[in-house]
Amino acid sequence: MRTLIKGYGIRFDIMVFGKAGKFHVVPTLLNIGAGLGLMGLGLSGVRLQPLCVRSLSLTASQNATLESPPARADSTFKVTMVPGDGVGPELMTAVKEVFKSGDVPVEFEEFHLSEVQNMASEEKLNEVLTSMKNNRVAIKGKIHTPMEYKGELASYEMRLRRKLDLFANVVHVNSLPGYSTRHNNLDLVIIREQTEGEYSSLEHESVSGVVECLKIITREKSRRIAKFAFDYATKKGRSKVTAVHKANIMKLGDGLFLQSCAEVAELYPKIKYENIIIDNCCMQLVQNPYQFDVLVMPNLYGNIIDNLAAGLVGGAGVVPGESYSAEYAVFETGARHPFAQAVGRNIANPTAMLLSAANMLRHLNLEYHSNMVSEAVKRVIKQGKVRTRDLGGYSTTGDFVRAVVANLRHRPLH
Amino acid sequence: MASSRALLSLSRPLQTVWSGRLGSTVKVFGAVVPSRREKSAYTGQSIPPPARYGGRHTVTLIPGDGIGPELLNHVRELFRFSCVPVDFEVVNVNSSLTNEDDINNAITAIRRNGVALKGNIETNHTLPPSHKSRNNLLRTSLDLYANVMHCQSLPGVQTRHKNIDIIIIRENTEGEYSSLEHESVPGVVESLKIITRNNSLRIADYAFRLAREKGRRRVTAVHKANIMKLADGLFLQCCKEVASGYPDVAFDSMIVDNTTMQLVSKPHQFDVMVMPNLYGNVVSNVCAGLVGGPGLVPGANYGRDYAVFETATRNTGKSIAGRNIANPTAMLLASCLMLDHLKLHDYATMIRNAIHTTMNETQLHTADIGGQGTTSEVVQSIMRHIQSGGPLTTEL
Repeated sequence: MRTLIKGYGIRFDIMVFGKAGKFHVVPTLLNIGAGLGLMGLGLSGVRLQPLCVRSLSLTASQNATLESPPARADSTFKVTMVPGDGVGPELMTAVKEVFKSGDVPVEFEEFHLSEVQNMASEEKLNEVLTSMKNNRVAIKGKIHTPMEYKGELASYEMRLRRKLDLFANVVHVNSLPGYSTRHNNLDLVIIREQTEGEYSSLEHESVSGVVECLKIITREKSRRIAKFAFDYATKKGRSKVTAVHKANIMKLGDGLFLQSCAEVAELYPKIKYENIIIDNCCMQLVQNPYQFDVLVMPNLYGNIIDNLAAGLVGGAGVVPGESYSAEYAVFETGARHPFAQAVGRNIANPTAMLLSAANMLRHLNLEYHSNMVSEAVKRVIKQGKVRTRDLGGYSTTGDFVRAVVANLRHRPLH
Repeated sequence: MASSRALLSLSRPLQTVWSGRLGSTVKVFGAVVPSRREKSAYTGQSIPPPARYGGRHTVTLIPGDGIGPELLNHVRELFRFSCVPVDFEVVNVNSSLTNEDDINNAITAIRRNGVALKGNIETNHTLPPSHKSRNNLLRTSLDLYANVMHCQSLPGVQTRHKNIDIIIIRENTEGEYSSLEHESVPGVVESLKIITRNNSLRIADYAFRLAREKGRRRVTAVHKANIMKLADGLFLQCCKEVASGYPDVAFDSMIVDNTTMQLVSKPHQFDVMVMPNLYGNVVSNVCAGLVGGPGLVPGANYGRDYAVFETATRNTGKSIAGRNIANPTAMLLASCLMLDHLKLHDYATMIRNAIHTTMNETQLHTADIGGQGTTSEVVQSIMRHIQSGGPLTTEL
């Protein structure tokens, strides 16, 4: 079967076999829902169209307008999936449905890890870690952290992050055409250090009634995140990096962060470097967010700015995010909230998770599929007919996913 | 007076040679090798780790001149096709400009990414002597001291000698390439060849370490110590010192003129060769010629912190640029060396096997080795081989 499917990209006669082979997949689609299954069946004819025009083109890198799917689309990429709490599992279902309809060559290994549902344990965490070690890429919902203290300062979310050394969190805040907010055409990237700073889990009561909470800033990690920010800016062709700090108050801690950023900036003469104090940054973000390009900051400021900026373009439901270590990449929503009050009500907005999944596909070199998914999501938003409640519509999560699936096979938006 | 001073200064290297011979090798290493000069212009203590995030690497790509840009486009396309987790940061260096901004920019880019893949940058000989070779500038400022080239016969390519397998290690930063030349009196030009103990020990140690790592039996030092008794003598002496620390690897030496003759008559006697800069340049070109020419052999330049990959003989290939007839093998194999350096061994093996299959079984060759194929036909054939079964393809 492998060779047959592989064949249809090259020769038409083999393609017929490849198509015949693919029909084995269709009954599994029917299990999800009759409507969806039919859609998958109806679409499978269209699906072959972009694949068979693909040739072993050498100029594809130059004329990037119509990128062909990679040669080894037949090989499957394994990805770890941690749905988390709240609406996480619902969003993951949305991702799976869209991937299935789009024939995305990704297989998920699912792990349910939840602190609030008593489904978290050391073994569970280790299972996830083992899976991550093999797959290197994960898609993840928020693992809710209860506020009460039960003897463990570090949440599972934090432990996972530390074990994998996911030091950099990237949130690309991008306005969605078709959904109008106070600020339109926003395009800024927030890069957050997320392994130290205020999240060190080092707190103690030195004398009764006095609690000390340690914020840790190290030169090594500050430089690492600064270099990440500049590397990201270089890779994405951005022109400015702004460091956000509070070095006027925390002269040593944030001072070190700021100094590290300035040192790393010397390596990037083509990228402009600036810094701004966190309080002013918040004000500027709501007044004139267009002045920013890439922002880099320590942990807690990043948390706040992530949420603030997500709010500028439509809230937690529309902004994708990702976390990186040297080895691993985890894709998640930009503002990480479980949204527990929406569980089972079919109202969550899957946009953020779908866009994040599209970013994941790009990370896996599945450029073609990545564009397909993100274009479909953007087209649905742009059409504005199907909108979830958070964007002022009345549609359900299911409606939205169906609309995305229906839009998967159109020509790219331009 | 002046002559006595000259004598004094000349006796100094000899002294160190003697003291080195008396002292144990362990002492030599403890004292000398770690005390490398920091050439870095970067003021900080250490540069944060190279750009590798989520398992994806960023590599600086310097297209260079001549056939460089087209070959590197093929590399990019092949990487995209094979889903290699490498992103390229393209840095262009314009060889016609006389200022050094471009090359400094490229050097900074390599400093932040750690690894580069490059085509050769044309050096204009007609410009004033202050205009240094961009390639040389890049190597010296990044302190890429070891140039490694593995000459291996490809069974599918017709050559006079079969089964050649020689590793050539060339000192890359000093010797005749010191860029120190002056006219002391009109009509007399002095060109300084610099041999230092530090760098000679370093390259010799690199050679022996590599020989041991690859399970090689013998290291041959190439020199001209019969004429340049002090400079090449020091180099040879350093090689001998290092050799005593590697009893499992045999060591011998050969004079450079004889080496070239032996290479073309009986190349199989050589295993690993180590030599100063200019001899390395000559010998590597001879060896590349033995196995089929400049289009076949990849080269690598390693320093302590950085690595730059290119074709072994560093040709620009201006005459065949843009005609789709250049042999892509050398550059593609260089990209495989780069993948090995990034520890992406699976991808490197997959691409390398496909290249070998195309060369040896399909026998699709470009004109330089007597074939009829074009560059893009060869690359397409390689892609077809990758498609027909890579290690990363899983059964559906």
